[in-house]
Amino acid sequence: MPFVTAKSHRSAYDVIVVGSGAAGGQSAYALCMDGAKVLMLEAGRRYSPATETPMFQTPDLAPLGAVGTPQKPFGFYDATVDGGWDVPGEPYVRASEEPAGRFEWWRARMLGGRTNHWGRISLRYGPYDFKPHRRDGLGFDWPIGYEDIAPYYDKVELLIGVYGSNEGLENTPDSSPGCLLPPPKPLVSDLLIAQRAKRLGIPAIPGHRAVLTRPLDFRHSPARLHPGNVTAQKILAEDMRNRAACIWATPCGRGCSIRANYQSTTVHLPPALTSGNLDITTDAMVYEVTLGRDGRANGVSFVDRTTGRQQHATARVVILAASACESVRILLNSKSAQFPNGLANSSGRLGRYLMDTVGSTVSGQIPLLESLPPLNEDAADGQQLYVPWWLYPDQRAGKLPFARGYHIEFGGGKRMPGYDTAAGIEWLTGGSYGVKFKQDVRRYYGSFVYFDGRGEMIPNDHSYCEIDPSVKDKWGIPVLRFHWRWSEHELRQAAHMQRTFADIIASMDGRTHGVVHSDGAKAIAPGGSIIHEVGGAIMGSDPKTSVANPWCQTWDVPNLFVTDGAVFASNADKNPTLTIMALAWRAADHILERMRRKEL
Amino acid sequence: MDRRTTIKWVLSASAAWPLLGKPAGHADSALPVRGYGTDPDLLAVYRPGKLWLLTLTVPQRRLAGILADIIIPADDHSPSASAVGVVDFIDEWVSAPYPASQRDRPIVLGGFIWLDAEAARRFGKGFADLAATEQTGICDDICDESRTLTVLRDAARFFALYRDLTAGGFYSTPVGRKDVGYLGNVPLARFDGPPPALLRKLNLP
Repeated sequence: MPFVTAKSHRSAYDVIVVGSGAAGGQSAYALCMDGAKVLMLEAGRRYSPATETPMFQTPDLAPLGAVGTPQKPFGFYDATVDGGWDVPGEPYVRASEEPAGRFEWWRARMLGGRTNHWGRISLRYGPYDFKPHRRDGLGFDWPIGYEDIAPYYDKVELLIGVYGSNEGLENTPDSSPGCLLPPPKPLVSDLLIAQRAKRLGIPAIPGHRAVLTRPLDFRHSPARLHPGNVTAQKILAEDMRNRAACIWATPCGRGCSIRANYQSTTVHLPPALTSGNLDITTDAMVYEVTLGRDGRANGVSFVDRTTGRQQHATARVVILAASACESVRILLNSKSAQFPNGLANSSGRLGRYLMDTVGSTVSGQIPLLESLPPLNEDAADGQQLYVPWWLYPDQRAGKLPFARGYHIEFGGGKRMPGYDTAAGIEWLTGGSYGVKFKQDVRRYYGSFVYFDGRGEMIPNDHSYCEIDPSVKDKWGIPVLRFHWRWSEHELRQAAHMQRTFADIIASMDGRTHGVVHSDGAKAIAPGGSIIHEVGGAIMGSDPKTSVANPWCQTWDVPNLFVTDGAVFASNADKNPTLTIMALAWRAADHILERMRRKEL
Repeated sequence: MDRRTTIKWVLSASAAWPLLGKPAGHADSALPVRGYGTDPDLLAVYRPGKLWLLTLTVPQRRLAGILADIIIPADDHSPSASAVGVVDFIDEWVSAPYPASQRDRPIVLGGFIWLDAEAARRFGKGFADLAATEQTGICDDICDESRTLTVLRDAARFFALYRDLTAGGFYSTPVGRKDVGYLGNVPLARFDGPPPALLRKLNLP
């Protein structure tokens, strides 16, 4: 009986994992496959992609043509349950409403968390990304290097299935042989962008996304992933066989009922449950890590959302994997005589150095792509190609007015028509209506392209979260208050993105739509809005200046670990999810070893 | 009347943009504020009116259909907007409890009032009863905000919004998808990318 209520919890587990997304899913998977008894607590409801995913639903079947609303911000069919920028009854506070100081917090309240809807972009951090301070004197170095985590990148890619290619580019690591699935074929617009960008010295290469472009290698990968563990190999082989390859249709953000992309609920949790070692309790809103007299964590307290009752669960080890800010919130709310400022906060750095990704967008229209014959361009749902950061030499030569890089996510093609297909196109049509308007829509359909910059933010003293002194959520749990500020590096980088994207569009003989901002403050998306928030419990080599050690273990409490984005000491331009999973797996292996040695 | 004459005439006097107090429509007080919530059934089929009451009156719906069909009429490719349910879509939109709908509702209802007032001023009849050329005469003056006279700016904003709503409803349907030649949303055993002949034509590798 893997889904259990508080009543039927075992008297003790080896490990409690708080959260069920990328970090929680990976932590539980690695622990359970090696025999540890795990209790997973998820604040949201149980969720079943196999039966709940709207795979082929079209916008005419949804309210309002499936456009986003405050209750479903990314559109009606987005997989997110009980989430978005606002979660009913669970407020948070912004210290400032000024645009420059604004932080937005996306949450989901569902099994699998945000992995159900995420973009599946799975990029490795490179060697520079772990030692940024050493290179430019800004931010912090991680206490680990690329070589420490590389084996775990390999393992995660093999397990979840990531397409991509090895290009041997600077600070854009190659995977070990056999780890990546073949990349999908690019679209017409992808090839045109790549051709024209290349003339500007900007390289476009295959993207890396957690989408199965062919079935997983269930004959060989299980032995690579679980050497010597026949039981785990058998479970995983069977599970990999049950994941279908991509059918080149339906948006990944809806989730995938045939398990052709990664979400925790379709990849991590099924084999972990099959092992018999995982119990999951949903609707369990954890608010505190409890401390024994020996100074070690002895469990967690949570609100059972179905009854409103406070409950407690115990284990030898506690892993927080609730998302960077939620894990920080739990620690800050875990106050005791020994830790009056929050658990594991002897450094005073808990909540500090919150980071998001620098985001900026330019879109345009390309006459060369007008009136192309009908084509099925659903493809892999985007990121067939992308541009990794390419200006390392210029940066080294001091030619750029900002530190750190960005990559470019771009797209185009004949997407499924909907509300946006013909909205606001009078800048092209001169305001046509009637038969001419219908002709114009046919002409322009599929001729639009967009460019999203995704850049590194350097941690700073002004971007952090703390507990608000008065506001509580509907469960009575004190909420977070966010402070936010960009530095000149991020603002200048955002302005550089805008100019670059306009240059690429011009090189395609296209027209940019809207203003191309030279002012970074106008170019940059609000903090948190890219949903790559990390930091808050950063790892380091010094207990005085960091919350966690190189194993995601808190310095202050030896059996308390944080395996989500909170431990990131930097936020490279590469989307954080793959690195979260690699760190979580590495931490789980460490925990297993320490438990075997009876140190935990 | 040529365009120059029209402009002079319009400049001399055009129907004032109506200042709406409480939004018109019989069911406003019954508008649900809850919407579909944060955990709706994604597999259900939602026809307009299922989640919240539709609020346009019969005359408003008639005008809604006439204007939608001026924007998207039937042609060799596909039927008109009203033939594929766009009036219901627009009614659902302006009746919804969400901020975008609350923002758009007075613009749409105000636009309807303005159209009738302008039709009465120019031709002594309601917009719905005008000849097609009379209707397009008015639409021509407000179809492009960037070229619209200042006094007609509100009407032009209404027309731009209404065109977006009409197109949004139309291109979301199977008919609209077929009209633009969308071929996706079907499972494929493999994805081969663009045909080589097309790439050669575009001089792409």
